[in-house]
Amino acid sequence: MKDTPMTNAKISAKGVDVHYADTHAIKDVNVEIADKTVTAFIGPSGCGKSTFLRCINRMNDTIDSCRVTGDIRIDGEDIYDAKVDPVQLRAKVGMVFQKPNPFPKSIYDNVAYGPKIHGLARNKAELDEIVEKSLRKAALWNEAKDRLLSPGTGLSGGQQQRLCIARAIATAPEVLLMDEPCSALDPIATAQVEELIDELQKSFCVVIVTHSMQQAARVSQKTAFFHLGSLVEYDDTDKIFTNPEDPRTESYISGRIG
Amino acid sequence: MTHKSLLTADARIKKRNAAEARFKAYGLGAIIIAMLALSLLLTSVVSTGSSAFKQTYATVSVPLTEAKLDKSGTRDLAVMKKVTTIGYTSLLRDGMVAAVEELGLDTTLSAKDIGGMLSKEAAATVRNRVLANPDIVGTSVMFKLLTNGRIDGYFKGRVTMESAALDGNTSPEELQLAQELADAGVIATTFNWAFLTAPDASDQRPEAAGLGVAILGSLYMMIIVLVLALPIGVAASIYLEEFAPKNRWTDVIEVNISNLAAVPSIVYGILGLAIFINFMEFNQSSPMVGGLVLTLMTLPTIIISTRASLKSVPPSIRDAALGVGASKMQSVFHHVLPLAAPGILTGTIIGLAQALGETAPLLLIGMVAFVREYPAAYTADAGLFGEASTALPVQVFNWTQRADPGFVERASGAIITLLIFLLIMNAIAIFLRRKFERRW
Ligand SMILES: Nc1ncnc2c1ncn2[C@@H]1O[C@H](COP(=O)(O)OP(=O)(O)OP(=O)(O)O)[C@@H](O)[C@H]1O
Ligand SMILES: [Mg+2]
Repeated sequence: MKDTPMTNAKISAKGVDVHYADTHAIKDVNVEIADKTVTAFIGPSGCGKSTFLRCINRMNDTIDSCRVTGDIRIDGEDIYDAKVDPVQLRAKVGMVFQKPNPFPKSIYDNVAYGPKIHGLARNKAELDEIVEKSLRKAALWNEAKDRLLSPGTGLSGGQQQRLCIARAIATAPEVLLMDEPCSALDPIATAQVEELIDELQKSFCVVIVTHSMQQAARVSQKTAFFHLGSLVEYDDTDKIFTNPEDPRTESYISGRIG
Repeated sequence: MTHKSLLTADARIKKRNAAEARFKAYGLGAIIIAMLALSLLLTSVVSTGSSAFKQTYATVSVPLTEAKLDKSGTRDLAVMKKVTTIGYTSLLRDGMVAAVEELGLDTTLSAKDIGGMLSKEAAATVRNRVLANPDIVGTSVMFKLLTNGRIDGYFKGRVTMESAALDGNTSPEELQLAQELADAGVIATTFNWAFLTAPDASDQRPEAAGLGVAILGSLYMMIIVLVLALPIGVAASIYLEEFAPKNRWTDVIEVNISNLAAVPSIVYGILGLAIFINFMEFNQSSPMVGGLVLTLMTLPTIIISTRASLKSVPPSIRDAALGVGASKMQSVFHHVLPLAAPGILTGTIIGLAQALGETAPLLLIGMVAFVREYPAAYTADAGLFGEASTALPVQVFNWTQRADPGFVERASGAIITLLIFLLIMNAIAIFLRRKFERRW
């Protein structure tokens, strides 16, 4: 495969196919995701949004039946190259999962775990600072500051998800993948997370999967519409929501399929 | 449309409720039967065995005549050792007769029979004391000595006047005299520490038999099993569950481990005999061989329970750890293993408990031998855990084989001891599980 010319694409995917045993979950997807933007993946349930997202930090490696083919590059480097260590990749590409999955440890330890294993803090004070900053960014600081040592699993579902966001950003990733991060949040927390995404966009490349058209419209600059494993349309968010080219996109955003 | 009242149950609901009530009744019935069987077992064991924890002793003054014990008068141990227990028996007889006469008790028994009221073990007790401290020769010393098994049985209700009349080893007169001595305070039944500390005794001396060697042997074997089976089992499980590729080979291994868990334990005994004794030439009857055999037997149990508890850790936790850039190893050791620990511990302790109660393989490797010496943990000759020993369950088996009814009581007492150890181990398992789970 010939090298991608250096555009400002942070992530570029070419001819990506994903198979789970017999299921062909992603079919020939080509996409270029720009740095310092928010890109939204939308599409009906089961169309492969999560699967594609998990290709970007190679979380699919952990599923035995999953086979990924094609070419995915971050900063022009093939992330499926044999020389790439997925652990190093995942430190660079953080992820927030669809279901909140805090560690059964204290709130503090949840956030501090990533920085600790990557050696991002030289001492306790620095670690404390990272934890506080991350929790503040994730809009959880006010609720959590008095109970940092109580278990993260004791938080409400929405608080747990924000804890997971704090955990993901604590390792200072360059790319943040978010799989429906707001599906368990109330409108106020959602607004806070959206604000956070706006904030993160200034320095990171954010990819967000969402089922909420409004959310996609509010936070993203680019939107990709997936349907039955194919990338149907990928364009500026404004264009997708006002003047989509593909009839399937139009019927999805106007609520006729999905 | 007709209106259905909620206050009357319809036929379908009634049928469903009846089925549920029946099911609950079956369940309750099963539990009641199980509890009855358990309490029956416990009552029978405790009622025959609890008396093993009491023992009848006679406290008598024994004249340690110099003319008998140390003719040379030099207190030279080498010379004094030439006097066997037979030499001491007459002194004990004199002591007993003197005690009877002092109390002015009337008896038709001969001096030999009065002396015979003490256990054959008593002479050895006195001899050991004398050899340990030769200076007491020439004085009269008070000894607390075992009475014979029949008298002990009489005070525990096992032997009666009627049964004594038919018994060649005792007579009603002897029991009569024992009763009078007991009334005078010479004979008394007290708690039997020796049962837990003394070694086994020969067929004629159930009153002297103890579990000391067996407990020590079992302890050594448990140490070996714990030290070998826990790390090997846990490491194997972690590898198989978290790292090994899922292919035909790992399937074959998995099936084999499950099969090994179901292999009759005696087969492990044959294996141990062939490998550890015949091929590797470890000492027969040694806790080392026993421990290795039990380790092989316990490994599948530990592996299966460890894998089950690793499996029960939600995959989302692994995803979370990998997602923040932890390596596979970090995700396992920082997150999965701590969550699986209570299950692993429980499985290990259950495996240990199983090993503690295992008899058949130990019989094959010779741990059924009659051992009176406490095995040392290490000697230069025999190596680590290399000295001959027995084990608790084997001791039970051994004692039930013996003719003297005194051993029935001992065997039940040993079962009680074994059950208490198992109870303690299970309590530890529950405690550890609670402690680890309470954290979150
Ligand atoms: N671990 C797996 N093993 C087998 N098939 C899978 C697995 N994960 C997903 N799939 C299949 O891949 C397809 C895409 O799934 P994916 O989870 O990516 O959908 P999605 O777009 O994220 O849906 P949703 O919006 O409901 O989260 C589905 O058909 C699904 O059944
Ligand atoms: Mg999904």
